[in-house]
Amino acid sequence: MLRLLSFALFLAIWWIAALFVGGAKLPSPPAVLNVMLAEAASGALFLHLGATLARVILAFVLAMSLGSAIGYLMGRNRLADRLGDPWLILLLNLPALVVIVLAYIWAGLTEAAAIAAIAINKLPTAVVTLREGTRALDSALDEMATVFAIPRWRAFRHVVLPQLAPYIAAAARSGLSLVWKIVLVAELLGRPNGVGFEIGVAFQLFDTPRLLAYSLTFAAVVLVIETALVQPFEARATRWRPRAA
Amino acid sequence: MRLEVDITGKAFKNAAGDTQDVLAPIKLSLVSGEVGVLVGPSGCGKSTMLRIILGLDPDFEGAVVRPPDARIGMVFQEPRLLPWRSVEQNVRLAAPDASDAKLAELFKILELEAHRSHFPGELSLGLARRVALARAFAVEPDILVLDEPLASLDDALAARLREEIATLVASRPVLTLLVTHSLDDAVRLGDRLFFLSPRPARILAEVPITVPRAARGDAEIAAIKAGLARRTQGAHAARDVS
Repeated sequence: MLRLLSFALFLAIWWIAALFVGGAKLPSPPAVLNVMLAEAASGALFLHLGATLARVILAFVLAMSLGSAIGYLMGRNRLADRLGDPWLILLLNLPALVVIVLAYIWAGLTEAAAIAAIAINKLPTAVVTLREGTRALDSALDEMATVFAIPRWRAFRHVVLPQLAPYIAAAARSGLSLVWKIVLVAELLGRPNGVGFEIGVAFQLFDTPRLLAYSLTFAAVVLVIETALVQPFEARATRWRPRAA
Repeated sequence: MRLEVDITGKAFKNAAGDTQDVLAPIKLSLVSGEVGVLVGPSGCGKSTMLRIILGLDPDFEGAVVRPPDARIGMVFQEPRLLPWRSVEQNVRLAAPDASDAKLAELFKILELEAHRSHFPGELSLGLARRVALARAFAVEPDILVLDEPLASLDDALAARLREEIATLVASRPVLTLLVTHSLDDAVRLGDRLFFLSPRPARILAEVPITVPRAARGDAEIAAIKAGLARRTQGAHAARDVS
């Protein structure tokens, strides 16, 4: 209820601002909605949305699984941590634009290059978060698992993974927003479809309603993913914790 | 089943880089059916010794020999339950082969039936310790290690849990190692008591208790304690003279 109210407030501010600024620079909510409906009717909206979403999912899954594995290894193993750390700092500070441009130059304007470039941008933050989580693992519970001779995989699943779950959720949440921001850049620079491509076109035509229609629709999709997938996962992973008031 | 402990030394490096001896040479052995008790002042190195015996700390001098396939059940000083698993899941994780009947019996003895599906965060310390006991017994251990399992419980509860430990130990052949600083626990549960010195720990005296556990009433306990007091006073006197 409160969330709806907050959303309504956002719409109201937008509408009022649109009245003051004028339709060319900031179209009113109904104008944007009209564009959305028109694009949806022609099917273009779903095509571009689908293309972007597929890239987001692929890059996200790639970066999260690889990043979690590397982060866990670096948290557990001192040698891996010392070897990997300079790479990590380099990747963390490498601008997304540089990675994308280099990927397109080296691998051509291909789908694989785009997804790899996006994943590389997300990878280091997942590594850092999971490394912290692994360092915070409770060694007392590890000892318990060792003494009771709990097999490795079972111990990982029941002892280690639940401790990492909040870190995985945090990495997923920040990762999702990061990935979808970078996907648009990659699409703008070298893909013939997707929300980023459409925004590029809209920019060249100074077509603000179209720009807002595409970006807001995709933001809504991300919001749905967050509430339908990330938050339930988090709630499930932390259900054993005593509820905060 | 036999446990041979022959530690010749153990040192820690502290933050300042100095080495500190934690354990002096220690030698003891136990067989199945025996309850060995390590009694010593806080901080004397008992827990370090346990970690070495359990194979958690390979960095020591000497040798610990136990059958490699020996199943170990352990009650840690703090219960060390998984907070994200229910009481029953905690026990089953350690003892996947335990039958439902066996678990039901254990939960009944330890009065945990009502708490099977609770999470450890919802339990009092006394209950959590009982879950830790249930877990240790559910694995049907060949070696049972109890590290101050009754510390910080009120006397009545401690006495009841001690009875339960005695019952469970008597129910099957198991080699038990109990660490405590309570002479009362030691005398009521132990077959052989090992008195440890302050850090670096060494064995001051090894005292067998010959009265069977079941036959130890209050009179017998008092007599054993009086005997121990005479011995330790004697030891003090001997040390004062030297």
